[in-house]
Amino acid sequence: MSTGARGRPNWLAGALTAVWLIVIAVPILSMISWSLQSQQDLLDHGPLAPPSSITFENFAAVMDMGFGRYMRNTLIVTGAGIALTLLLAIPAAYAVVRSRSLLASASFRVFLLGLAIPAQAVIIPVYLIITRMGLNDTLAAVILPTVAFNLPLVVLILSGSLRDISGELYDAMTVDGAGALRMLVSLVLPLSRGSITTVSVFVGLGAWNSFIFPLIFLHSPEKKVLTLGLQSFRQEFGINLPGMMMGVLLSALPVFVLYLFARRWLVAGLAGVGGK
Amino acid sequence: MSTAFEKVAAVRRGSRRAAATPRPNFLYILPAALFFGFFALLPLVLVVALSFTTWTGIGDPEAAGMENWSRLFSDEKVLAATRTTLFLTVLSWATQTPLSLLLGVWAAGRQRNRAVLSAVFFLPLLLSSAAIALMFHRFLDPNFGLAADLGPLIGFEDGNIIGTRGGALAAIVFVVGWQFVPFHTLIYQAAARNIPAVLYDAATIDGAGRWQAFRRITLPQLRNTVVTSSTLMIVGSLTFFETILLLTNGGPGIATHVLPFLMYRAGFEGYEFGYAATIATLLVVVGTTLSLLIVRFSGFAKMRSTLEGL
Repeated sequence: MSTGARGRPNWLAGALTAVWLIVIAVPILSMISWSLQSQQDLLDHGPLAPPSSITFENFAAVMDMGFGRYMRNTLIVTGAGIALTLLLAIPAAYAVVRSRSLLASASFRVFLLGLAIPAQAVIIPVYLIITRMGLNDTLAAVILPTVAFNLPLVVLILSGSLRDISGELYDAMTVDGAGALRMLVSLVLPLSRGSITTVSVFVGLGAWNSFIFPLIFLHSPEKKVLTLGLQSFRQEFGINLPGMMMGVLLSALPVFVLYLFARRWLVAGLAGVGGK
Repeated sequence: MSTAFEKVAAVRRGSRRAAATPRPNFLYILPAALFFGFFALLPLVLVVALSFTTWTGIGDPEAAGMENWSRLFSDEKVLAATRTTLFLTVLSWATQTPLSLLLGVWAAGRQRNRAVLSAVFFLPLLLSSAAIALMFHRFLDPNFGLAADLGPLIGFEDGNIIGTRGGALAAIVFVVGWQFVPFHTLIYQAAARNIPAVLYDAATIDGAGRWQAFRRITLPQLRNTVVTSSTLMIVGSLTFFETILLLTNGGPGIATHVLPFLMYRAGFEGYEFGYAATIATLLVVVGTTLSLLIVRFSGFAKMRSTLEGL
């Protein structure tokens, strides 16, 4: 709570939030309203008027232009990105917290150093490496570097939460004859479900919205992801503004559903970015 | 059979020559380390190496000595792009910080209307950078978009806001702010909620008004958050690339060229990957220096606890 004198209306705050509400709401409402009207309607009534009649022709047009295919590719990139990140990062975080090996702690320091590398600055050599691997124009070309640049932050977050697992629990499992691997599977995994979900959302959102790696690696239309698909919609729709807006709206729909039903995880996943 | 609890107790007493708890060896971290090394660290070395070569993207890079570097230092576009990058960074920081701080402190209140409005303010976070840039690109269309109606109100008679240098830069600052203020508001909201209520109660007893409480309690208490949020803004602003590519495409002329944009153009449109790597190296140097400077600065800021005097 931060308002000092309570009770008295705070006019300044009221004015600021009213202005900001307009700034946020006008574009979003316009986007929705445009995407539900025909181009002719927009030309006749101007950009701020509500649609005179609701049409789903833009939806059909967007679907015709391969929206489903773009969506499928994005889902693959997002799903594989999350899976591969977790597969690499969970054992790594486990080793960071529990291993006595010098190599493990040295690796962790290298990861921390990696937090400072801006992915954009190294796209040229990444392009060289991916092309040499013969992966140009495949979804793997997007997934592999995306995962690599997520690893430092994800290992950092996961090892932070793994530190909270009490040593006595490991000791108890020792008595039961468990090895390091079984401890990971039946102790560490169940107890870190929360932080695993958080980093999954964080990695997933990043992959869902990624633009630069798809831009340099994906060329053929059947390989493109949503963000690139939107870019090609701009050319294909030309001055058909409502069609373009329907594409933008649809691309955000899955994240919006996540927002409605799992707001806590979405915010936590976003805040993971705040740790960076 | 003894219970698990007794087993633990036995281990802790050391009465069962407690075998050492098995620990993971370095093989558990090896795949992640190799993967990161190959796709993130190796490129960092390669980008410097490539800056001394010419490479068209096909075939092998060829050694070129200092050619790219001497070109970089005499390239007026690089100088202009550096200036534009700095200008956009400073302007974005200066507009986003006060806005998100005030909105965050406001949203920290637990009133019902604030919770509802905060949920609306959060919406831009659900859209990708690409979607936001393309959406505003359409809004800014001087013939059909919002710009045609709203442009004349802010001094653009023909609605062609992104057709002028100043308008294009302002549009980028606005769109980037639209996208990121909600995120920083979230950070400030969380921090403002952590300010102990007892501080405000004490201030109220001392007769402090709302402004006094904000100035003497809220602002000093948010010191560390300002540093965190500013770091993210400054480092993030080096990567406005997507917004610029899709919103203004660097134009008009080279008015909105920033360093990553110049690098992308040189490499993927001009097929001068060696020169692009040189610009990238400059970007790595600027980015890392900036991060280190801020970490230094924020480390200093964190030494002064916000719990002083409690």
